[in-house]
Amino acid sequence: MTMAETKKTDPNEKPRIGVYVCHCGSNIGGFVDVPSVAEYAKTLPDVVYATDNLYTCAEDGLTSIREGIRKHNLNRVVVASCTPRTHAPLFQTTCESAGLNKYLFTFVNIREHCSWVHMKEKEKATLKARDLIKMGVARARLLMPQEEEKVDVEPTGLVIGGGVSGMTAALSLADMGFPVHLVEKEGELGGFVRNLNNLYVTEKSATETIKPLIEKVKASKNVKLHLNSQVKSVEGFIGNYDVVMASKGAEDIKTKVGTIVVATGALEFVPEGLYGYNQYPNIVTLTEFEILCKKKSLPSLKNVAFIQCVGSRGQKVSYCSRICCNVAIKNAINIVDNYENMLGLAEKNGTIIDTVPVEKKVPDEILERRRRRRGRERGEEGEAEEVKLGPSEKIEVTVFNRDVMAYGVEHELTYNKAREHRVKFVRYTPENPPKVFMEGNQLMVSYFHETLKLDRSMPVDMVVLSTPMVPQLDTREMSQMLKVPQGQDGWFLEAHVKLRPVDFATDGIYVCGTCKGPADITEAATQAAAAASRAAIPMAKGYVQAEALTSVVDDIKCSGCGTCIQVCPYGAMRKNDKGLAETIVAACKGCGCCGATCPEMAITMTNYTDAQLLAEAKATLEEV
Amino acid sequence: MAEPQHTIHEKKDEPRAAAGEFEPKIIGFLCNWCSYAGADLCGVSRYQYPTNVRPVRVMCSTRISPHLVLDIFKAGADGILLGGCHLNDCHYISGNFYTEKRVRLMLKLLEDAGVDPKRLRLEWVSASEGEKFSKVVTEFTETIRNLGPNQVKKDAALRSKIAAADEASDTFRLRALVGKELGLEKTGNVYGNKLEQTELEKLIDIATKEEFERSLILELSKDKARSVKELGKIMEVPTDRVLRHIVVLRQKNMLSMDHPEGFTPTYKTIIIGGEQ
Ligand SMILES: Cc1cc2nc3c(=O)[nH]c(=O)nc-3n(C[C@H](O)[C@H](O)[C@H](O)COP(=O)(O)OP(=O)(O)OC[C@H]3O[C@@H](n4cnc5c(N)ncnc54)[C@H](O)[C@@H]3O)c2cc1C
Ligand code: SF4
Ligand code: SF4
Repeated sequence: MTMAETKKTDPNEKPRIGVYVCHCGSNIGGFVDVPSVAEYAKTLPDVVYATDNLYTCAEDGLTSIREGIRKHNLNRVVVASCTPRTHAPLFQTTCESAGLNKYLFTFVNIREHCSWVHMKEKEKATLKARDLIKMGVARARLLMPQEEEKVDVEPTGLVIGGGVSGMTAALSLADMGFPVHLVEKEGELGGFVRNLNNLYVTEKSATETIKPLIEKVKASKNVKLHLNSQVKSVEGFIGNYDVVMASKGAEDIKTKVGTIVVATGALEFVPEGLYGYNQYPNIVTLTEFEILCKKKSLPSLKNVAFIQCVGSRGQKVSYCSRICCNVAIKNAINIVDNYENMLGLAEKNGTIIDTVPVEKKVPDEILERRRRRRGRERGEEGEAEEVKLGPSEKIEVTVFNRDVMAYGVEHELTYNKAREHRVKFVRYTPENPPKVFMEGNQLMVSYFHETLKLDRSMPVDMVVLSTPMVPQLDTREMSQMLKVPQGQDGWFLEAHVKLRPVDFATDGIYVCGTCKGPADITEAATQAAAAASRAAIPMAKGYVQAEALTSVVDDIKCSGCGTCIQVCPYGAMRKNDKGLAETIVAACKGCGCCGATCPEMAITMTNYTDAQLLAEAKATLEEV
Repeated sequence: MAEPQHTIHEKKDEPRAAAGEFEPKIIGFLCNWCSYAGADLCGVSRYQYPTNVRPVRVMCSTRISPHLVLDIFKAGADGILLGGCHLNDCHYISGNFYTEKRVRLMLKLLEDAGVDPKRLRLEWVSASEGEKFSKVVTEFTETIRNLGPNQVKKDAALRSKIAAADEASDTFRLRALVGKELGLEKTGNVYGNKLEQTELEKLIDIATKEEFERSLILELSKDKARSVKELGKIMEVPTDRVLRHIVVLRQKNMLSMDHPEGFTPTYKTIIIGGEQ
């Protein structure tokens, strides 16, 4: 489609409003008398054309909008259909293609907010739909065309955090040809993975797995690596961020970047005061366990218990940490299969464990016995064969869990493998968790056997606590510095969980990896590649258009008190040379906080003016 | 034998929309990112609720100044619902903290104006709380139904009071105080002294009362010059307090005085040129 020349809409021209009422098949039409609503719309002030469409968003619907604009010389368009949150861009583009400024379009939601929620009262729903359109028309009459400001974008990226995510993002941007600053606060790249022994699914050594990535980053000409560094301050807005980086023992580095990718990772929750952690010997977290394995310094073990969901899922944090079941399963298999390799005593010339032997030969009859037992466990309760607990020749591994979240194709297979390899899975309920205690010199775990309905206990040599990932301690400061939001659990919050999963609401800043919530390496790397390509879009284009949804300061009314500068969450207000407030259009997100605050009432919100909001609301209050 | 339970069953099946029954008109300001999205999800999930709420979309609940709310009550709305993201979950980082502060002022002013504060409700509804949205709307509609219609159009005294509350909400003093409230609590004043929340609230409450009374004086003296005694009586405020307000308003050049020989002085609102 070719761009139609934009018709110059004279703001002072008398409004000529077109109203398009959508049936949405029967989604609206089935519960609202749409034709009568369209007829009603014709009676509203300044409405010169109104019609109903079966599907306004389908090609013929869009054509009818374009034709209406031309034929009836419409200078405002109202579509009454679904939700602006998904469909506004489509109708706005349609208006633009017919020469109408997109800010002269108004959306009225008569589906999600009407037909779908009043399915049993057609008459009342129809009245409400009429009212909503009346309100939309009242708003449309006061709309003004807006120009969007073009902002140049500096084609340099900044990636914060040098774990798998940060490295992947930096490398992707570098490969696209953009110079990238990669800032890592530690002295080494690699992030959390540096703690890990081997990685689930591949069972390959963690160190070996990320080695090529680290090497590529170091070799890349476009990546400027800043180790032992942190970002000290970030000022500006999309395309124009002034960044100061502080490195240990060096002078601060100032630089300008266009976009920023945040990949600062996560921490492991420390289960202080839970299950005897730091109170009894040999009680470790998953990460500590991985470190012991990696350093080959496990003590001699016969009985190991993993306790899942320590502190997560409604305990200390609300969420499920997503990875710990699979990490525990991985480690359980490691112990059963490859224990000698990780033993401090049986050091083998310092070689790293590259692969875990695939299948340890288990006698067929034992396999057969286990298969039968599993069948019974799945069948009726109380029948399960008594499992012999206690010290034995081999290592016994028990995973106490609330549910096993071994999702997807691969994890289910690994879970099955663990069962094949004698790992026992015992369920507990959050009301009745296992207990860890000492009996003389012996570490013990007691638990309630849900199937047998019996209290049991067993001696153990080590307890591994699966605790959740938690946000970095400085997430709050980072969020304030970057002006990006955190969600309820303190993780960084994306702009839209479904549609914009790696964008922040703040334009020009993107997020990936475990700093936005628990994820494994596969997921972190996927997000990182996505974040990098999102960050590359404005840089490749060279400019962005700032939505004309901003504050505007009337410098006759402004007294320069600075309150707006104080309340703006985006630093989008500044003082000009006259000492008066001024909006930085590219940084302003149009929240309206300054407008509702300014004591001199000097601030107007473009496209959401007081007059527009009041007209919209009051339209329904008029006596009919 | 079980106790008879007729009291519980009696009203249950009465048709709700019986002829002439009061149908509340409720405006719902919904923030684009959470409560509007929650209402969308509610629709997608087909949770049903009464038809009385008329949503108005705004980008953030922080956009809603007390003036908008009071002006809409003045225009006759029976109830106003403000929907925002949960605290710490705001799309605009901190917008809803300001909303909370402003709503406190709105409630105070409604109370001063003699409007039941229950007519205004602030709710945090996230994008994933579709069912909550339907519950909130159902409950709130019921609350307003029980309160009955907003009498502002019929009751002239109420009208002046709501108008006064509206004016007061837009005064420099209240806007500046509420605007700076959060900052003062968090980082302190220019001398670095942090203020206790309760202390600040007390300060704001006093200012609110004063500004409301002053605005009411201006409102009542718009069309008719009035004496201190008369104002005191209508407003149910002691005359010395009225007089103090009048002194301030005269200093601000908002009231003119007429003092014919031998008569009590009367005051009239200066309409043009005033900072109103
Ligand atoms: C016990 C355990 C076992 C695991 N096992 C597996 C497994 O087997 N398989 C698998 O796929 N995944 C596993 N994971 C998950 C894996 O560790 C993560 O998916 C991965 O580390 C995420 O990478 P990231 O880059 O997002 O974060 P991180 O690896 O945490 O990297 C973040 C980096 O940012 C740096 N940083 C933080 N803040 C700043 C700042 N302010 N300025 C500069 N730099 C900063 C940090 O120093 C760090 O280097 C496991 C996790 C745990 C806890
Ligand atoms: S708050 Fe209003 S008066 Fe104060 S500086 Fe900002 S725009 Fe000017
Ligand atoms: S509307 Fe005002 S407070 Fe909000 S981002 Fe823009 S300048 Fe800042």
